[in-house]
Amino acid sequence: MTAMRVRQAIVAALADEMRADENVIFFGEDVAEAEGPFKTSEGILEEFGPVRVRDTPISEMGFTGAAVGAAMMGLKPVVEIMFIEFLGVALDQVVTEGAKMRYLSNGTLSVPMTIRASVGSGLGFGCQHSQTLEHWFASTPGLKVLMPSDAQSAYSLLRAAIQDPDPVIVLEPRILYAERGEVDTSKVTKIGKASMRATGSDITIVALGHMVNIAEAAIKAAGVSADLVDLQTIIPWDRETVLASVKKTGRLIVVEEAPQSGGWGSEIVATVTAQLFSSLKSAPFRITTPDVPVPFNGGLEARFAPTSDDVARQIKHALSQSGAPQPWWVAEGVAK
Amino acid sequence: MTTSLERRNALYGNDLACYERMVEIREFEKITNALFAAGSIRGTTHLAVGQEALALGMATTLKPTDVIAGTYRSHALALAFGLTPHSVLGEIMGKATGCCGGVGGSMHMCDTSVGVLPTSAIIGGGMPIAAGAALAFQVQKSKNIGVALFGDGATNIGAFHESLNLAAIWKLPVVFICDNNVYGEYSRINTTTPIEDLHKRAESFAMPHMAIDGMDIHAVRKGISEAVDRARSGGGPTLVEAKTYRFSGHSRADQALYRPEGELEKWQKRDPLLVTEQDLIARKLITQDQIDQMKSTMESDLGALAKKVESDPEPELSAMFSNIWTPAKAGK
Repeated sequence: MTAMRVRQAIVAALADEMRADENVIFFGEDVAEAEGPFKTSEGILEEFGPVRVRDTPISEMGFTGAAVGAAMMGLKPVVEIMFIEFLGVALDQVVTEGAKMRYLSNGTLSVPMTIRASVGSGLGFGCQHSQTLEHWFASTPGLKVLMPSDAQSAYSLLRAAIQDPDPVIVLEPRILYAERGEVDTSKVTKIGKASMRATGSDITIVALGHMVNIAEAAIKAAGVSADLVDLQTIIPWDRETVLASVKKTGRLIVVEEAPQSGGWGSEIVATVTAQLFSSLKSAPFRITTPDVPVPFNGGLEARFAPTSDDVARQIKHALSQSGAPQPWWVAEGVAK
Repeated sequence: MTTSLERRNALYGNDLACYERMVEIREFEKITNALFAAGSIRGTTHLAVGQEALALGMATTLKPTDVIAGTYRSHALALAFGLTPHSVLGEIMGKATGCCGGVGGSMHMCDTSVGVLPTSAIIGGGMPIAAGAALAFQVQKSKNIGVALFGDGATNIGAFHESLNLAAIWKLPVVFICDNNVYGEYSRINTTTPIEDLHKRAESFAMPHMAIDGMDIHAVRKGISEAVDRARSGGGPTLVEAKTYRFSGHSRADQALYRPEGELEKWQKRDPLLVTEQDLIARKLITQDQIDQMKSTMESDLGALAKKVESDPEPELSAMFSNIWTPAKAGK
């Protein structure tokens, strides 16, 4: 085990994959000379040189699409998208081109590329630099979508993503880059496998990315015995682990840092409700952000993503009543 | 209280007022930088130090009814076009008194009373919008024009090429103004772009183009006037490249250690404030003593303003749920 920050775990995973496979190349905006605006590629140019490590112009469609093409020809490109919103201008290459190449080649082509992007609210970057947007990709068959919650998963998920033969999107909660954790560099996650952050008997909490940490604090604050499932992969998600846990506890809450409408948590709640209806002790529900852009003001932004206080409130509700609680903005009469 | 429009109108035909506004922008950015350093402002900021002449040249060539779609390097644009220092700093500090009510932040300035459309934090994001505004003016037979202001880095993004092409074939009343400040984020232009005279990219769209000295307000006005007149009179779009220099790093996180030695110093000799001062002194419109006095007054006025803004009200929680959409009207 080695102590490292999340951003260092990302560097370590990339470096280990680049050492293991010379087909792995890496590019993005200011990732080579400047070593990444969030220092997520420190030392990479120095060790692997300018053929495999490149700065790009501000041309996300061009370089992300080039990663698709290079991947089809046998390389394993890793591209960095500084803020997930910047992938908006490259969506065609990811969603409509890259995700379809295996399908449109009768299975003869693979696109073993990885897109890393920083995501999430909490740092005052405003509404065009603070979204998570995982649902953009979660509804695109052909993509795999991962999100780490700590240094270990940042390392293990990125290695799995680079090794995977398909296009994989790794969404990195920006707020965690400086967080420290112990990392075992022999661990590579199996894509599609959730991780149990905590085990307990009364309720199952499913969360993703930084919301795993929020849920962990909430469970402690609520003083309950809970299974905390760190989903790690949204597509394909670990039905087996989630269903087994809810079968045991009879209760489910999904915590998402994404708008209420259209989130991946709905898929989990729907699946659990359909398959375990008779075993449920209370209504499964989701805790999400409101359907609003991420506000810049610090006081407002602090209320945007689920907070540990609010998750604790809703956990207690789920353990005492059979119906789902209201989201805070309804409970407080701020919005409908 | 002075309105944005009054502040804008005060600039036309008044070179001294333009210089004073440039001083305001310079001192404002110093205070912004200091407030970030002190932790009074969250998130990030992108300073426009050194780019004041372009902002004032645009503000005094365009009419307040024209519209401009700018970028996250937004403070100089906002102040030059008329927004009050209070509404700009209020927004940067996330206060209810900010031009966006405190929910936008440093990258997002807007004031439709002086034609400032919401500035975009996405490279190239405003360019198709400016073309679209120009389309509306064309359809409405208005004499107003659309302007896109963007950096050199944006010329490598699809929206640049698509917007120019569309504007050219539809002869839209739009002016594309590239603020070529030599750096795209942390990268010098020569490492990302095969040519440095970006205005030449217009040739492939059969579009008139020119380079102007972005450090001299007179050169800016002269160049942009030609493009604006063309757009207003139905002659279609123009690509104008203003040669400027980014005196600061890309954003708060960037100390710009990658600059070649001597480059900053070379450009500082062309500091737009200095260039304007020399001009005004030569024309006997101002003395060095008056300049020093103006700077010192501006510094203390803005310092006092910053203290006031710090105690401005925060937005109500309901602001988070406002201005997202309008509910559907009653129907069948």
